Amino acid sequence: MARIAGVDLPKNKKVYYGLTYIFGVGQTTSGKILERANVDPDKRVSELTEEEVAGIRSIIQSDHKVEGALRSEVQQNIKRLMDIGGYRGLRHRRGLPAHGQRTRTNSRTRKGRKKTVAGKKKAVGKK
Amino acid sequence: MPRSVKKGPFIHHKLAAKIDALNERNEKKIVKTWSRASTISPDFVGHTIAVHNGNKMIPIYISENMVGHKLGEFSPTRIFRGHPGTKAEKASRKK
Repeated sequence: MARIAGVDLPKNKKVYYGLTYIFGVGQTTSGKILERANVDPDKRVSELTEEEVAGIRSIIQSDHKVEGALRSEVQQNIKRLMDIGGYRGLRHRRGLPAHGQRTRTNSRTRKGRKKTVAGKKKAVGKK
Repeated sequence: MPRSVKKGPFIHHKLAAKIDALNERNEKKIVKTWSRASTISPDFVGHTIAVHNGNKMIPIYISENMVGHKLGEFSPTRIFRGHPGTKAEKASRKK
């Protein structure tokens, strides 16, 4: 079993995809890591040797910000935006999208589940 | 796409000149501006700049964290007063 950066990698997947289970490692990063570690990306996670795991682990540890450290950095960036009181910070405070998306419809990821507001007395043209 | 590095950040020339003058004389005075698109440069830190929001000037005290943002980000142009019909309608229904 390979445990890297505090995450258990799925045994039966190829390493290339297995590494993406780490927060902060996507497919691009995964490919770069494997290339540097000289590991065949098509190998399964369960087939990795101890040395290979150690190699991957040391590369991630030295050159990549992952998991907790990355999450806290993201939180800090958001907090900074909120503290300086700019438009993006205000949007974060209100839980609305910050990049100018429409909010008339959609934006459910930011706004959460639909909260139905009691409609007008006569709904005209409403299906 | 970001602005070309060659050009440097956009700061309205008149605003930059005013801030430079204040810095030279070591003065702090509120500078009025309509240039919401100007980037906040490190020279601005510590000054108070009144940025127009289409209606009035909003004074903004520039702190170090704000460097690199645009002035307009700190001077909101819209006020959200609640959704139409949430309060007004309730009141009118009772009548």
